[in-house]
Parts: sequence; structure tokens; C-alpha cells
Amino acid sequence: MKLKNKFYERIMAMLCWSAALSSVLALLFIVGFILVKGLPHIKPSLFSAAYSSDNVSLMPALVSTIIMTFMSILLAVPLGMFAAIYLVEYAGRGTLRANKSVMLIRITAETLSGIPSIVYGLFGLLFFVSFLDWKFSMLAGAFTLAIMILPLIMRSSEEALLAVPDMYREGAFGLGAGKLRTVFRIVLPSAMPGILAGIILATGRIVGETAALVYTAGTVAQIPKNPMQSARTLSVHMYALSGEGLHVNEGYATAVVLLVMVIILNIASAKSAKKLAGGA
Amino acid sequence: MKCFEIEKLNLHYGDFHALKNICMNIEKENITSFIGPSGCGKSSLLKTLNRMNDIAEGCRISGDVKLFGEDVYGDMDVNMLRKRVGMVFQKPNPFPMSVYDNIAFGPRTHGIKSKYELDKIVEKALQDAAIWNELKDRLKKSALGLSGGQQQRLCIARAMAVSPEILLMDEPTSALDPISTGKIEELLLHLKEAYSIIIVTHNMQQAARISDKTAFFLFGQVIEYSETESMFTMPRDKRTEDYITGRFG
Amino acid sequence: MTSIKEKVMSRVFLLSALSTVLALALICLFLFINGIPAMAKIGAFSFMLGKEWSPSDTPPLFGILPMIAGSLYVTAGAIIIGVPIGILTAVFLSKSCPKKLYKFIKPGMDLLAGIPSVVLGFFGMAVIVPVFGESILSASIVLGIMILPTVTGISESAIRAVPQNYYEGAVALGAGHYRAVFKVILPAANSGVLAAVILGVGRAIGETMAVIMIAGNQARMPVSLFKGVRTLTANIALEMGYAAELHREALIATALVLFVFILVINLGFAALKKRIK
Repeated sequence: MKLKNKFYERIMAMLCWSAALSSVLALLFIVGFILVKGLPHIKPSLFSAAYSSDNVSLMPALVSTIIMTFMSILLAVPLGMFAAIYLVEYAGRGTLRANKSVMLIRITAETLSGIPSIVYGLFGLLFFVSFLDWKFSMLAGAFTLAIMILPLIMRSSEEALLAVPDMYREGAFGLGAGKLRTVFRIVLPSAMPGILAGIILATGRIVGETAALVYTAGTVAQIPKNPMQSARTLSVHMYALSGEGLHVNEGYATAVVLLVMVIILNIASAKSAKKLAGGA
Repeated sequence: MKCFEIEKLNLHYGDFHALKNICMNIEKENITSFIGPSGCGKSSLLKTLNRMNDIAEGCRISGDVKLFGEDVYGDMDVNMLRKRVGMVFQKPNPFPMSVYDNIAFGPRTHGIKSKYELDKIVEKALQDAAIWNELKDRLKKSALGLSGGQQQRLCIARAMAVSPEILLMDEPTSALDPISTGKIEELLLHLKEAYSIIIVTHNMQQAARISDKTAFFLFGQVIEYSETESMFTMPRDKRTEDYITGRFG
Repeated sequence: MTSIKEKVMSRVFLLSALSTVLALALICLFLFINGIPAMAKIGAFSFMLGKEWSPSDTPPLFGILPMIAGSLYVTAGAIIIGVPIGILTAVFLSKSCPKKLYKFIKPGMDLLAGIPSVVLGFFGMAVIVPVFGESILSASIVLGIMILPTVTGISESAIRAVPQNYYEGAVALGAGHYRAVFKVILPAANSGVLAAVILGVGRAIGETMAVIMIAGNQARMPVSLFKGVRTLTANIALEMGYAAELHREALIATALVLFVFILVINLGFAALKKRIK
């Protein structure tokens, strides 16, 4: 019996360690592979301002990615933050007064967060591109992505607001501050690191998104002069390169750039979340 | 002179009848203590005076509360009421911002923008709360870095910065050590010259030390309300006697 | 004046919250008004259960059973690969991992979660496809890696949420560390772990780009683990660019089917969450 127990412990320990090891190895292998294949091909010519079939510069895509991120964030953050303020500060707290509109909004947000990005892309194509006749444009892409990240922003803002201790609110009310002032001057600033972590996470999703953009923002490799022009982000750029099969090395180089962006965003998000944990 | 007149006040939280038919007048420029065991309704009554109960779920109130003759639950603006009736909470709750901004939050809320005026108010409030000397060099530092006692005195200063007429204190020293408690009691005795103070306390000695009048609460009712000295020397009610001699509570 | 501002802003907050409802309503509306007529024209039965997808034939055939099967196969494969490793990794991270190691592995898993799917697809094309071909197996491996951090992250928090005294109780009875973890803690966390799996399923079934790059995309019933297959998502993404008329509507109807799948998964997830609470 004793021997059997020892054996069980051994086996289970081995299973856990090897599972964790394989997770880590998978990550290291993927990152290492991309870096080894991609780093040698990061050349100044890849960052030249114009894209041509001879020089598949990733610069236009890089610029478009940044613009696209800003546009989507600008659209989604106020909406998501305000929605969270409604849920946490206005609609009655906790589950005590889970009234109908709150239930509806919660269920809706959860449903939205599960919809695959290709379905968002299709909707963007049907609604923004065709119905509103925005054509393939940055604007159509940004609106599609904004809807896609809205539940994420909402959820993280909600959690950040819920984490603000009630005694801050009481303190402000006790001084005669109204609800609005309490929310904007006391509650939101305390919740900001958490909200920011959510925004950074959403940025990561935007940077990595492809399926929702191909049929909304299109795939033109240019720096857009206005929001009604089509442009491709880095991820779309990479997808296009992989489809052509001619510029594999440039594809790896693009993957390196994407990877670096993701790493930077992850670090920023962790920093911000830590600040929330330490500050409140 | 009375600051609060309370008439037939009843308060329910959902099904729970927390305050039963309270009638009492509270004197101006005096310290009044509310004592009684946990859940007796003393904090609930305190919170009805500046309508902090409005935030609580399922709270219903009937009866009259008058502040200098004006109906608190009538068409008085809640925010103005809370400016006139300041509150200090059980746990020190400085906002996560600088000492200066904590004090200036109230005045700014009520429309004071001039830097010069705010500076004056902040200094005066901190001096009144007898904490100016300790904090004058760290006005720009976060208030969360202060000790518990300092935080509570900061909160008292913050409440005074909107120049209230009355200060409500909900067990303001229960989270503090004896030395900080002593400092705050000293401060309260000093403040009563200019403010009317109503303090909820768990600590009978504290009530005896600092208050002029004391009200003893039990199960949502006022059992006895009289001069502190007479209550602690000759309680009229048997239950009061049992409580202050430590038989229960 | 303040009270007007308060009123206006509280309306603004409410409207912002309702914007999600508007968005979902629009998405449903556009999927339904475009998808339902197509299904009616093709016939719901021959659309859902038809084994032939050849839009360019005369008459064209729009049966999406191969794609439904494709999605299910690939997702099942991802689950088989990703879930055991994910749960075991979660157990490791929450119960066996030295603190010093945790500081590296945890951000590593977050990084893995953040790697764009095109990058994973690209990696799959370069490393996995040469070994297993453009096939169900290749797609399963890449999707398995993709859902790994999701499964790990959510399982880990579920395991951590189990009160420590369960563990202490088990150990006090003479159970070893791993027996306590696997027989007491993990069962106590089972709803959370199941939620992690469901979320993983959602991610796998909804993934598009990585799958297109490695699954081969043949619109036929799955024949073997080592042969290619096309998923619902791939079907939409591949043909939407040039499809017209009924073909286009059939693709939208495909999205509708996918959408309903996801709804069912979400309902399962919501029911579980209720149980956890």
C-alpha cells in the first residue's frame, strides 16, 4: 500500500512537471524559431516608407497597425468604460438588484465576447462596408474591431471599478460630492491601472487580428491618407505574404516585429495590473 | 439651541426594522454620544442625519428629521446637506491622492477654484485638526502613506474643510491605537467650541470622557437619553445600568 | 445645473451600456436576414446535411456538413492535445511550481496567449506541415497550442480558488501531496476547469487564419487524420472575397451556423458560471 502511494505521487509529479515543461518548450520553440528565422531578415529596406512588389516593406503595415489601434481604442474605450460605470455605479451594486437591463447587458456582452473574429469580419463587410457604403476602409475596420474589443474593455473596467473600496465613495459622498464627481474624481482614478491593463490587452488583440480585417479594412499595402482608405495591418500583411509564398523571409521578419509588439504590450499590461494591486 | 430635531423616525432595511419610533433633539455646540451594543441602530441613526443611508439597498425611512428647523428629507439638496453635516467614518478613508488634494477635494466640489483660497483652507483645516505640524512638509505626498491615526485626523480635517455646521463620527477611533485615540479625543474636545459633534462609539469610557449628552440604544430604540454624567452615575433604566456596568454588549 | 448634468450623464452611461445590445442586435439582424433566405432556398436539410460543397457546379451544391465535421474534428483534436497539458500545467503552476520558476513561466504563458494567430499559423506552416502535411492533425496541434494558455490560465485560477483547508484536510488524513491535489482539490475546482475547457472549445472553433494556413481546406468529408479538411470559419474567409448572390448568402448562412454553435457554447459557459457562484 505504501509503495503504491509513493508510486502514485511519483507518476503524478512527473506528469505535472512534464506538462509544464512541454508548455514552456512549445513557447520557447515558437519564439526561438521565429527569432532565428526572422532576425537575420530585419533589414533597413523593410522599413522604407513605400511598399512595392520588389521590396515588400512592412513600414506601411506598421503605420497602419498603429493608426488602426488608435482608432479602435478611441471608439471602444469611452463606450466600454461608460458601460462599466453604468453597471457598477448606477445600476445597483452586486447581485442584489440585478434588474433586467443589467442582465440583458451582461448576457449581451458575454455573447459578444464569444463571437469568432471571422463573424465580426463578415458583419463588418455586410454592415459597414456594404450597407453604410464605407467601402474597404480603415474606418470600417476600426468600427468592426471596436465592437470586437468592446466586451473586453467593459469587463476589465467593470472589474477595476468593483475593486475600488466603497469607503472612497462614502468619503466623497460624505463631503457633499455628487455621484458624477465621485465617479470621475475618486473612483475612476483609483480604477485607472486596471482599466489600462484591459486597454493594453485589447491593443494586443487588435495587433494580432486578421480575420476581422481582411474584408473590412482590406489588404492594400499603403499608409492611408484618410480613414476612408483601405490599408493592411501587420497581421494582415503577414497573412498576405504567407498566401503568396514568395516572401517567406519577409514574413518571418514581420513575425519578429509582431512578437516584439506583443511582448512589449504584455510587459506593460503586467506593470499596470501590478500598480492596481499595489496602489489600492 | 437644537441642531437636529428627530420625530417618530422609523427605518427599515428590507424586512428588518432597524430604528423604531425615534424621537430626540440634539443640542448645538455639544458632543453627543450614541452608545449601545452592535446592531442596536446607533450607526443607522447617524447615517440618516446626513442621508448616507440613501446609498444602502432596500432602505426605507419614515418620520421627520429637521436640521435647524429644515426638513432633511424634504426638498433639501442632498449634497448641500452633506456639506453642512460632515462625516468621519469608522475606518480612515483618505482618497488615494496627495494630502493636499484630499483636503481640497471638498472645497473644490463646492466650487472653490482659486489656488490662494484653497491653500488657506487646507492650512486652516489641518491646523484645526492639529495635524498641520506633522504634515506641512508632505502635503504633496500620498495620503495612503500616513499612519492610521494620522489618516483619521486627515479625514477629520477633510470633513472640516467644507466648513460644516455639524460633524458626525461613526466610531472614529475603533480602528486606532490608544495613543492616536487619545489625540483624537483631545481634538474633539477642542472642536466642540465651534462644531456640534455626534459620535457613535463602542467604547463607554470614551463616551463618558468626552460627551456632554449620551443616548443609549437597544434593538433600534432609544432607551435612555440624558446628560452623560447622570447617565453614567445614576442610570434611570435597568437595561442602561446593565450595559454600562458590563453585564452585556 | 449640477442635477441636469447628473441626469444627462447617467443617460449617457446607460446608452453606452446599451450599445452592446445594439451591436449584438445588428449582428444577429444582418446574419439572419442574409442567411435565412439562403437556407430556405437551398433547403435547411440539404444545407446542413449536404455532403457536397461545389458553388461553381451547375446547379451549385451548398452542403456544409463537411465543414461542420471539419470544425468538430479539428476542435476535438485541439481539445485532446491542449486540455490535458493545460490542466496539468495549471496544477503545476498552482501547486508544485517553485516561486522562482513561476515568475518566468506565468508571463511565458501570457505571452503564448498573446501570440497572434497568423504568427502561430506561419509557424505551423514552416514546422508542423512539413511533418504531418496540411491535415487535421497539423491543425489540431496548432490549435492545441493556441488554447493551451486559455485552459491553463482559467484552470489555474479555479484551482487557486479552492480553500486551502481542503488540501490540509486531505493531507492530515495521510494523503500525499499529489493525491490531495488530484483527488480533493481538482474535483473541487471541476466547474472552473470545465469552464476553461468550454472557453478553449470556443476559441478553437472560432479560429480562422491559423487553420486556413495549415488545414488544407479541402471541402470534403474528413477522411483521415493526415488528410486535409475545411472548417466553417475557413469556408467563410476563403470564399467571401469573390462570392456573389446565392453563394454569398450561403456563406453568410455558414456564419449563422457557426454563430449558433458559439451561442450554445456560451450558454453552457453561462450555466457553469452560475453553478460556480
